[in-house]
Amino acid sequence: MDFLQPTSLADAIAAKAEFPGAVPIAGGTDVMVEINFDTRRPEALLDLNRVPELTSWQFSDGTVRLGAGVTYTRLIAELGSLLPGLAMAARTVGSPQIRNRGTVGGNLGAASPAGDCHPVLLAAGASVEATSVRGSRMIPATGFFTGPKRSALAADELITSVLVPAAAGPQQFAKIGTRNAMVIAVCAFALELRPPKGGPGGSGPPGAGRTVGTGIGSAGPTPLRAPEAEDFLAGALAGSGLWESAACLPDRIAGRFGELVAAAARPIDDVRGTAAYRRHALSVLARRTLGWAWDSYRAGGGVPGCG
Amino acid sequence: MRVRMKVNGQPMIADDVWEGESLLFVLRERLALPGSKNACEQGECGSCTVLLDDLPVCACLVAAGQAADREVMTVEGLAGQQPPSAASATGELHPVQQAFIDAGAVQCGFCTPGLIMQAYDLLRRTAGLPADPDIREALAGNLCRCTGYEKILDAVRLAAARLAGEVAG
Repeated sequence: MDFLQPTSLADAIAAKAEFPGAVPIAGGTDVMVEINFDTRRPEALLDLNRVPELTSWQFSDGTVRLGAGVTYTRLIAELGSLLPGLAMAARTVGSPQIRNRGTVGGNLGAASPAGDCHPVLLAAGASVEATSVRGSRMIPATGFFTGPKRSALAADELITSVLVPAAAGPQQFAKIGTRNAMVIAVCAFALELRPPKGGPGGSGPPGAGRTVGTGIGSAGPTPLRAPEAEDFLAGALAGSGLWESAACLPDRIAGRFGELVAAAARPIDDVRGTAAYRRHALSVLARRTLGWAWDSYRAGGGVPGCG
Repeated sequence: MRVRMKVNGQPMIADDVWEGESLLFVLRERLALPGSKNACEQGECGSCTVLLDDLPVCACLVAAGQAADREVMTVEGLAGQQPPSAASATGELHPVQQAFIDAGAVQCGFCTPGLIMQAYDLLRRTAGLPADPDIREALAGNLCRCTGYEKILDAVRLAAARLAGEVAG
């Protein structure tokens, strides 16, 4: 095995081009487990810890460019306001020790259907920046995951950043597990509400906002969106004038939203849970996160609670 | 390959390191520092917790080469340190270590080094006394199969109080 340790992005992509079988390692929280347990013997490890281009984030034009090597700990500390949904997901990752090492880029690289960041990235409409000696390209999160632990990344490409639109409204993330730390999700759900500009009573330009984003984790061969649930909820909120009135959300809307999210999942029975449990839990998570997000939308407009 | 790093303030060199080897293996098997324990080897148990460039990490998940030219602090580096606030010396041991003994938080002892490192990190980052939820969160990645955690929480509270000067050591 070789140990490649580039100290610039140019050297890193050159190394990946020369050794396409090299496994990128950042926090090591997935890769080292496979090596320790002898389930993987790559020809080389490509250590990305010393590539400075990967460890920063920038905010411009409403979008955060999150370097692939930014750790969960930093994401939580530095990006809680711009990317609240992603910060919520990051808080559920592993333990403090794991969050000090693990990165969003690594989460994407592993492409596990249960990766905690993925539902949020889908809900927010994020894109993954893949870079090689051939250049850079943006892969929409919706097209990034191609199968269990498989992604659209080419053998010579490295994940260099994730472009995540800053929250355009309330975001939520919820995850089911047997305890609050160190769990792989049984299932997870992320939601973003994108209200009209100005919030409740606001008079934004027609067509601005008024959309919904969703992401389902650990209930299918890949992380999934729930497009029918998104369209239903956006239509129901618009049709009833709820964005403007910020009235209490009727139970039938929240309930139907939950059903449609559950219907979008493609879960299997495995050691962590059954398909039936996952579908049921997703309908509950969808309904609950919608309630929390709607409460926060109403609170933003100074509307009293629904009791 | 050869890996140089600073461990507990001392420059150290490990030779013949396999490229897939963990920092934990290097510490225990090549640098004669067996304080960090090898249990799950998958980041689940926290018994190998060390500080890497001042941040607590699972040493089993750091490739040895990733620690090259970095600073590592293991549980062996804790004793003999006297933080400024610990006016009453508690012997060689760090106040966190002494509190684990005094509170009966050590049974088989295998999880203890990791818990102590994680508690040490929490207390140096906390002004005043940590709230119980903060202690639980800090120790969420450290498993103990003996004590049931109550004594461990007691030990962290005791160490926090002693470091804050509220209880005599």
